[in-house]
Amino acid sequence: MGVLNKKSHGAELRRLPTGSFTVDAEGEVVSSTVPQWVPEATVRLIGQSVVSVLQGARKANVACSEMVAQYGSFKITAREMRGGAIIFLSPKAPQWVSPT
Amino acid sequence: MASQHKILLVDDDEQVLELYQTLLKSLPSQPEVLVSNSGARAIALLDSEPFSLLVTDLRMPKMDGLQVLAIVRRKYPNLRTIVLSSVLDAEYRSRAYALGVDMFWQKASSGEEFKLFQDCIESLLGKEVQAEGGFRGMQSKSLVDLIQLECLSQSSAVLHISQGAVSGRIWVQNGQIIDAATASFTGEEAFKEILSWKSGNFEIKPAEPDHARMITQSYQGLLLDSAQALDEWRGQQTSAETPASAEAGAPAPANSALAPLARFEGVQFLLTLPADEKAPLESWGLENAQEVAAWARATEKRLKELGDKIGAGGLAHVMGLGLQRHWALSGNEQKGSLCVGFRATLPKDKVEQTMKHIFTKWAS
Repeated sequence: MGVLNKKSHGAELRRLPTGSFTVDAEGEVVSSTVPQWVPEATVRLIGQSVVSVLQGARKANVACSEMVAQYGSFKITAREMRGGAIIFLSPKAPQWVSPT
Repeated sequence: MASQHKILLVDDDEQVLELYQTLLKSLPSQPEVLVSNSGARAIALLDSEPFSLLVTDLRMPKMDGLQVLAIVRRKYPNLRTIVLSSVLDAEYRSRAYALGVDMFWQKASSGEEFKLFQDCIESLLGKEVQAEGGFRGMQSKSLVDLIQLECLSQSSAVLHISQGAVSGRIWVQNGQIIDAATASFTGEEAFKEILSWKSGNFEIKPAEPDHARMITQSYQGLLLDSAQALDEWRGQQTSAETPASAEAGAPAPANSALAPLARFEGVQFLLTLPADEKAPLESWGLENAQEVAAWARATEKRLKELGDKIGAGGLAHVMGLGLQRHWALSGNEQKGSLCVGFRATLPKDKVEQTMKHIFTKWAS
């Protein structure tokens, strides 16, 4: 039965990205500490999404200098920097807080 | 059982599919078992017919199990899900649980493990999922039923009840409710707040005999009072939802469902975004409601798509901290989304905490 625990192909689960990077006002990555195994396209996508949210907020008159997007097991924290942003990526295990 | 259960089994390994299909078909409830060798096909099958249970592998090419689960959680929040994988990494286990899976099973390697797996699936299928709420672990019963059960049996226990990010406790001593507590209230107020939650999880903990009695009313009286308060509140909500007062972007009248939410500390504005985009918006304290609504919808859509692409799990909330004001945005598939503005002096953790409470109250 042990054979069922082995995959015959190279399908690997993707880890969540971690690290930080900065983007310019167009969402292009300027500098990054994100590990190399994270596809560039993923980093760019995160950067562009963050910049788009920050710019949209400004236009809608709810401008913010810091943004936090909390997912089930991942957190994106972004701080605006002269039109661009510095973005922190933190994979996070779910936490259960017992009632006080 | 009124109808036959239908299970969808997803794995890219044909041998595994064949084996587990045979195993599941032999369950006492004789479920119908459909198989899919890819995530994309599984989603297409789920779109085309209703299933009782999804059993999926994690490591699959193109669309992996976590991506499948992320989509399933968003599109079919009531579908029971099980991960069946050979991946042992705790990170993936955590991520799967963050996506709301009911169980995480390592692929069986002995006859005993196969038997255990079958027993668990059979037990899971035996529990009907109620679309209209109910408490996990006792889904055909309401919280009132549960409390009555504890009181009638003269039990002593502490009920821990949680709904999303908020939780509460009810102390039962010798069949009487002696106290309740939530993050915002204690005593009768807390009891009423807990009773307004439609669904959630509960846990029965050992009694705390030394806990001081703060509620003196009988449990029957308490339940009656709470039911009355809930009815009145629902009545107000219904009248606030009539077309005359639900004009797009119109400020909420005093009896609006939003008015009680505005009483939370630091709230500057409130904006509801119904799940049906054509339904009217409701706002409180906001001048450019349409503009903010368009941005909030676009933000949520973009960040949800991003979460799906990277397999980050469901979007819990988005928060912005500004010099003029802070804001937070949170939503669920059934009710829609809620955007709340806070005064800029409110600390970040307070914004997060208050948003959780406001959202829970609104979604209830």
